[in-house]
Amino acid sequence: MDAGYDVKKSEVHGMAQRGGSVTSHVRFGEKVASPIIPEGEADILFCSEKLEVLRWLAYCNETTKLIINNIEIYPPLVNLGEMEYPKNIEKAINSKFKNNYFIEATKLAKEAGDARAANVVMLGVTSKFLPIDEEIWMRNILARLPKKIHELNKIAFKKGREVV
Amino acid sequence: MKKVLSGNEAIARGAWEAGVTYCAAYPGTPSSEILENAATYKEMETDWAPNEKVAVESALGACLTGARTMASMKHVGVNVAADPLMTASYTGVIGGFVLVTADDPQLHSSQNEQDNRNYAKFAKVPMLEPSDSQEAKDFVKLGFEISEKFDTPVMIRTVTRISHSKGPVELEERIKPPVELKLRKEPTKFVMLPSNARPRHLIVEERSKKLKEFAETLDINRMEINDTKVGIITSGISYQYAKEAFPEYSFLKLGMVWPMPEKLIGEFINKVDKVYVVEELDPFIEENVRLMGYKIDHGKDIIPICGELSPTIVKKAITGETDQKVVEPIIEDPIPPRPPNMCPGCPHRGVFTVLKKLKVFVNGDIGCYTLGALPPLESLDTTVCMGSSVSFSHGMSRALGDEGKGKFVSVIGDSTFLHSGVTPLMDMVYNKSYATVMILDNRITAMTGAQDHPGTGYTAKGEPTHAIDYAELSKALGVNEIYTINPYDIKETEEIIKKALNSDQVTVIIARGPCAMLKREMAGRTKKPLVIDSDLCTGCKQCISINCPAINWDTTMAGEYTTKDGKTKKRKGIARIVPDLCNGCGLCYQLCKFEAISEPEEGKLGFI
Repeated sequence: MDAGYDVKKSEVHGMAQRGGSVTSHVRFGEKVASPIIPEGEADILFCSEKLEVLRWLAYCNETTKLIINNIEIYPPLVNLGEMEYPKNIEKAINSKFKNNYFIEATKLAKEAGDARAANVVMLGVTSKFLPIDEEIWMRNILARLPKKIHELNKIAFKKGREVV
Repeated sequence: MKKVLSGNEAIARGAWEAGVTYCAAYPGTPSSEILENAATYKEMETDWAPNEKVAVESALGACLTGARTMASMKHVGVNVAADPLMTASYTGVIGGFVLVTADDPQLHSSQNEQDNRNYAKFAKVPMLEPSDSQEAKDFVKLGFEISEKFDTPVMIRTVTRISHSKGPVELEERIKPPVELKLRKEPTKFVMLPSNARPRHLIVEERSKKLKEFAETLDINRMEINDTKVGIITSGISYQYAKEAFPEYSFLKLGMVWPMPEKLIGEFINKVDKVYVVEELDPFIEENVRLMGYKIDHGKDIIPICGELSPTIVKKAITGETDQKVVEPIIEDPIPPRPPNMCPGCPHRGVFTVLKKLKVFVNGDIGCYTLGALPPLESLDTTVCMGSSVSFSHGMSRALGDEGKGKFVSVIGDSTFLHSGVTPLMDMVYNKSYATVMILDNRITAMTGAQDHPGTGYTAKGEPTHAIDYAELSKALGVNEIYTINPYDIKETEEIIKKALNSDQVTVIIARGPCAMLKREMAGRTKKPLVIDSDLCTGCKQCISINCPAINWDTTMAGEYTTKDGKTKKRKGIARIVPDLCNGCGLCYQLCKFEAISEPEEGKLGFI
């Protein structure tokens, strides 16, 4: 909205805190109708965990940019040893999609000072592909964070921008 | 000024701008943030009511003073509040009264996906259905005007994709409501004796006619005429999906879904060649338009009746085409699901670990502990609605007689118990049941994101207040056998549950442990993460079996290993504790037979 676009965001939340899978759709442009992205029409798929990319491919087409935090967080059935964490995700994704970015976001966030800033690293990456000024990104991210972690998140965001 | 708001934030803002002075609600996804946001405005009194019936009655009573008032709840909450709602339609209002129902198509977080548009027709009250955050705010304000103008409660219906979607909203100033604040004695309007209610019913029918006329010219019922080959009648979120899929077609968008503008609908149908009705869940618009005698080409014959719609579903249903752009999935391995789970340090986990071991039949209820039904704990056998755990056990004890003794328990959370568990407990004592009721007191309404209730000691605005004592309450209801346990202590929990199951009378067990996500209660109580000694872990998976998100299975350590006494043994892997997630509750420590898990800090279990 700060960059002059209409915008809608939809999410199904409430389960995130309990380890459940959560999705958000963000759409912006001159005028946005549906808050949900039509299948096959996502420009960017942003995944904060590696195997989650597999769950949402129906929203992607060949040119969709897949931005993935290259971290594995085991779902319960994998922990219980009843299912295996899918192997070779990177290879499989690369064989079908052209614009894939497996980012060591958690590692980079740790370097910035806190693993919990991983999604800000990811936003730094994402910001490179969207027509919104870096200054607007930074201002809006910091407005949602307590002052004492501003510096850390600035570094995390920069690290994301530099990695692609 | 514009601000990006969720539908729920916009509803709270709309109430504030409309001059509302009192809001009441019971939390329930996707409605909870309405009252949470309302509580941030100092000009509005905001209550977490013990249940939706009380919320509606309080808001209705408040509006009789001339105040503008609002009650909000999830779709199934309206079932609880249906009693006052049906008669509120007869009494009407003094100040405006708006009831927000937040429906949950797709059951993202609910036990059914009922379509509450039916309530508007059933109760004979108008219903507005916004299609984005801006409309959510505008329709709430319009709702208060309609309520006062037509002397009726007004329902606003949102769905998850409106309540939890964000969009820009133009902010406006707060107005002073038009009606004077005072008590009015009008028994023929407010004392619903049959002799008063009969004439009120005539007034309701008269009002419905006037509202129908009003709907014809109301600007939120609007035609968007483009290509007239196809015309789509729709409302709410379905409008956005259909508009996305077919921007070129003509639309009749109903902002007020009840009552419906018959003439306007006829006019629209005459303008277009083919008529489609696009709506989520029930064929509500479709059936009512057909009743008017109009012909519809397609409705629920092609649009799914179950689950949410989406632009993709609407497009597919109408054109029969699937989107060619989608790239087929590429991994053949099954993708492990990621269901929600109880948090690390959750006080419920110990209770379900014991219930699973005891193999009893468990009547469950609505809350985080419903997750006890999922693997691997799988120790919950029924869940229907708020409070049903208690009544179910009572019914079973009555049906089975002595045969059922010791075979089943009820498990109910603190908030759910206060909502609808007290009356069935009363029933148990009165009608001489023998069942065991476990109140899992985590000191908050947890599943919906931590809302206060009459047992927490805090109001919706965070002010300290009286906290109910469940043991004293149970005693007053006539329960003689009441236990309070530490649910992190497996041994104690098992002993007490067994003792209660052996009893001949109603027993109440209060399992006290704060929600591990509740900062207020957990501050200073979390403990050092536990550590698993990889030399001692045999890979028996006892600790894994409680499904704690902080315990991972590591197969890289599979194979031969040397035990402390120098023997060589084999294992399939070892368990590992993720230090960032573990808060040292000590539950897994009690399960390890090989002393591989480090002792919890201070030797005490849990966070009591």
